[in-house]
Amino acid sequence: MASHATHVHTPPSGFIRKYVFSLDHKVIGKQYYFLALFSVFLGMFLSVLMRFHMTYPDAKVSWFESLWPVGAPGGVMTPELYLSLMTMHGTIMVFFVLTTAPQAGFGNFFLPIQIGAEDMAFPVLNMLSFWTTFLALLVMCAAFFVEGGAPLGGWTAYAPLSALGESAGPGQGMGMNLWILSIALFCGASLMGAINFIATTIDLRVPGMTLMRMPLTCWAWFVTAILSLLGFAVLLSAGILLLMDRTAGSSFFLPAGLVVNDQILDHRGGSPLLWQHLFWFFGHPEVYIAILPGMGLASNVLSVFARKPIFGYKAMVYAILAIGFLGFVVWGHHMFISGMNPYTSIAFSIMTMAIGVPSAIKTFNWVGTLWGAQIRLTTAMLFALGFVSLFVSGGISGIFLGQPGLDLYLHDTYFVVGHFHMIMGVAAIFGMFSGTFFWFPKMFGRMMNETLGKIHFYLTFIGVYAIFTPMHVLGIVGNPRRYADYKTFEFMGQLLNVHTFMTHAAIFTAVVQVLFVINLFWSMKKGAKAPDNPWEATSLEWSIPSPPPFDNFGGKHLTVQHGPYEYAVPGKEKDHVMQVDPA
Amino acid sequence: MLLALLIWVFTVVIVWMFAGDYWTFPEAINEHGRQYDQHFATTLYITGAIFFVSQIALGWTIFKYRDNGGRATYSHGNNKLEVLWTSAAAVLFIGAVLLSTRIWAGVHLTPPQGEVVEIEAVAKQFLFNFRYAGADGKFGKLDIKQINDAAGNPFGIDEKDPAGKDDVVNSNIRVPKGKPVRLILRSRDVIHNFFVRELRVKQDMVPGMVIPLHFQADKVGKYDVACSELCGLGHHQMRAELEVMEPADFEKWLQEEDAKLKAQ
Ligand code: HEM
Ligand SMILES: [Cu+2]
Ligand SMILES: [Cu+2]
Repeated sequence: MASHATHVHTPPSGFIRKYVFSLDHKVIGKQYYFLALFSVFLGMFLSVLMRFHMTYPDAKVSWFESLWPVGAPGGVMTPELYLSLMTMHGTIMVFFVLTTAPQAGFGNFFLPIQIGAEDMAFPVLNMLSFWTTFLALLVMCAAFFVEGGAPLGGWTAYAPLSALGESAGPGQGMGMNLWILSIALFCGASLMGAINFIATTIDLRVPGMTLMRMPLTCWAWFVTAILSLLGFAVLLSAGILLLMDRTAGSSFFLPAGLVVNDQILDHRGGSPLLWQHLFWFFGHPEVYIAILPGMGLASNVLSVFARKPIFGYKAMVYAILAIGFLGFVVWGHHMFISGMNPYTSIAFSIMTMAIGVPSAIKTFNWVGTLWGAQIRLTTAMLFALGFVSLFVSGGISGIFLGQPGLDLYLHDTYFVVGHFHMIMGVAAIFGMFSGTFFWFPKMFGRMMNETLGKIHFYLTFIGVYAIFTPMHVLGIVGNPRRYADYKTFEFMGQLLNVHTFMTHAAIFTAVVQVLFVINLFWSMKKGAKAPDNPWEATSLEWSIPSPPPFDNFGGKHLTVQHGPYEYAVPGKEKDHVMQVDPA
Repeated sequence: MLLALLIWVFTVVIVWMFAGDYWTFPEAINEHGRQYDQHFATTLYITGAIFFVSQIALGWTIFKYRDNGGRATYSHGNNKLEVLWTSAAAVLFIGAVLLSTRIWAGVHLTPPQGEVVEIEAVAKQFLFNFRYAGADGKFGKLDIKQINDAAGNPFGIDEKDPAGKDDVVNSNIRVPKGKPVRLILRSRDVIHNFFVRELRVKQDMVPGMVIPLHFQADKVGKYDVACSELCGLGHHQMRAELEVMEPADFEKWLQEEDAKLKAQ
C-alpha cells in the first residue's frame, strides 16, 4: 500500500497531452469508441452500396463514378467494385468496430474503474496501442485510393487469390499489400492492448475485489484479452508470411503447378490450406473476441435493470472460460469443405457442438435472471434484451453449420451470411448500443434522451431482423455468398424479390441510425446532468462522480465488501447493496 | 410490452418462414440428398423447439415481470436447473452431430460400390472443364506446359501419351443416371468450388491438391454447377451445367465424342 500513497498522479495540462496523446485510460477509451463509431458508419455505408448493387446491378448513379472512376465507369458498379466494397465492409466491421469498441473502448474506460484501479497497468503502452490502431485504419482506408483500388478477396483473404498479386485481379496488387500492412499493425496494437488488460486485471484489483467478485464485464474483458493475445499473434505471423509470398518470392501458401492467366508460376511447396488453418486459428477466437464483451455487458445490464442478482454467477464465469478455451479448438468448422481430411471434420464438429453448450447456458441464465424480476425498460435494457433475442436467433443456425453433413450444402451460401451477421454482427452491435446508453452518463456526465433512444431501438430491432432473417432462406434455396449479381443463374433471379426486400430494409435501418447520432451528440452538449448513480447499480464506477475525476477515486483507498449483483437483498431498505458499501 | 410483442411476432414469422415450403431446397436427385433433407428437418425440429421456447420465454418474462414498484425475488440461481439444461443441450447438440456423420461419411468416407464412372474436373478463373478417359478407360498424363485453352487443352494433356489421345474434354459435365461417379477435382490458379444444389454436395477445388468427390444422380435433367468459393471478379459468373442422361444416351455421347477426336 505504501507505494500507492507515494504515487503522485496529476492530470496533464495542455490540449495535446490531455486529448490527443493522452495516457488516461478514460480518454483512450473514448478515442477507441469514436474510432469505432466512425468505422461502423463507413462500414454501413459500404454495405448499403453493396445491397443496392445486388438488387439494381445495372443502375447508373453518377456519384459512384465520382467516387470510383475505375470501379464504376459511367456510374455502373462493376463486379470487382462490389467485391472490394464487400472485403472492406467485412474487414472494417470485424477489426475496427467489433474488436475495438466493446473491448478497447468500453474496456479501457471501465475495467480499471470496476476493479478499483487508477489507470491501466501500462498507460504508455495503452496510448501506443490506440495510435497504432488509428494508423492501421488510415492504411486500410488508403487501399481505396491506390491503383487497382481495394482488395477483393474477402475479409478471409484466402490464398492463392490473396498471394498472387495483380494477376489475380484488380485490387490484389497494392491494395492487398496495404490490407495486409493494416492488419499487421492492428495485430500489433491488439497485442499491446491484450497484455495491458491481462496485467491490469491480475495486478490492480483493490483489496476485497476477488476474482469471483468481479462484474461479469471484467471477466469478459479479461478472457477476451487472453484470446486476443493468442489469436492476433498467429494472425500477425500469417500476415507476414503472406506478405513474403507476395513480395519476396517465398512459397508458404503457393503450391507447385500454378498456371495463372496462362502463365506458369515458379512456386513450389506451399499449401493454400495452411493459410486457412492459420487464419481460422485466429478467426474463430475472433468471433468470441467480438461477442464476449457484449455477453458480459448484457449480463450486467440485465441484472441491473431486472433488479435481481444474475442467475448463476459462477456458471456464467465458467461458461466464459469454457468458451474461451473451446474457442481455440473449433477453427476447423470453417474448413469442412476445404479439402482437409474428412475425419478431422468430424472431430472439429464435435468440439463445435460442445462450444454450443456454454453458449446455451448463458442464454438460459439470462432468461433465469429475468424470471421473477422487476424489469425497468430503459433503452440500455431494451438493447440488452434485444441482444439476447438476436443471440438466440443467430446461435441456433450455428447448430446447422457446425455439422459437416449439413455444411455440405450450406457452406458459403447466404445462410452463413445470415448466421454471422445475427450473432457476431448485430448482436455485438446491440451490446455496444446497450453499453452506450448504460455508460454514457458516467462517460460524459450527462444523460441520453430515453424517448429518442427507445424509438431508435424499436426501429433498429425491426430493421435488423428484416435484413438478416431472409438471408437464411436464400441460403437454403442455395444462393452462394460473395456473388456480385444474380444474373448468371436462373434460380437466383427468382429470389430477386427477397433481395429487394433486404435492400430496402438495409436502407431503412441505415437511415434510422441518424437518430442515434443525433441523440449521442445532442446529449453530450445538452443532456440532463447525470447523478453519480442514475441506474441504482452496484459496481464501483457508480460510487464515484459522473464523469469520474482524473484519478478515478480521488485518492480514496477502497475496499470491496460485496459481490457485484446484490439486488433485491431481503431485509435492506434500499433494494441494492453497492460493492463498496460497508459489510 | 411492445418488445415482448415484437419478439413473439418475429418468432412466429421465422417459424413460418422455415416451416413453410415457399423457400426451400430444390428437389433432391439422389438418396444422399433425401437423407440430407431428412437430417436437415430433424435438426430444424430440435433447434426450432429450442428457438421457439427461448424466444417465447424471453418475451414472457418481459411481459410478466415489468416493474410494478415491488421487489424482485432474491435468488442467485439454481444448480439443479443449471445441470439440467447443460446436459439437455449437450445431449441434443452432440446427438445431432453424430446423426449427421452418416451423411458426411456417404460422401467422403465410404467408397462407392460397383462400377464407378471416373471424371476429372479442373477449374480456372472463371471456367470449369471436365475430362473423360475415353475408349481405353485410361486418362492421359498431364503436363502443365502443354496447357492451351485456345487449342482445347485446358488440362494440359500430354501430346506424347497415347492414353490421352482419346480423352474427351468438355466444359459441361455429363453423367449417366443411376451410376456412382467419382469426380476428381483440381484447380489451376486459385481456389474454386464444385456445388450442385440438387446433389447436396459442395467441395472446394484447391490448386496443388487432388480431391475426390463421390456422388450419384438418379434423375435425368440439367442442373447448375455454381462456383461457391470466391475466386475473383468473375466468381458470380462461374457456371457449368450438369446433365444427367440415360446411360444409353451417355454412352452414345461419349462414343460420338471419341469418333470426333479420331477424325481429327
Ligand atoms: C446495415 C447493416 C449491414 C448490412 C446491410 C450488411 C450487409 C452485408 C452484405 C450484403 C454482405 C455481403 C454478402 C456477400 O456478398 O456474400 C456482408 C458481408 C459481411 N458483413 Fe455485413 N452487413 C451489415 C452489418 C455488418 C456488421 C455489423 C458486421 C460486423 C460483424 C458485418 C460483417 C460482415 C462480414 C464479416 C462480411 C463478410 C465479408 C466477406 O465475405 O469477406 N456486417 N454484409
Ligand atoms: Cu468459427
Ligand atoms: Cu468462384
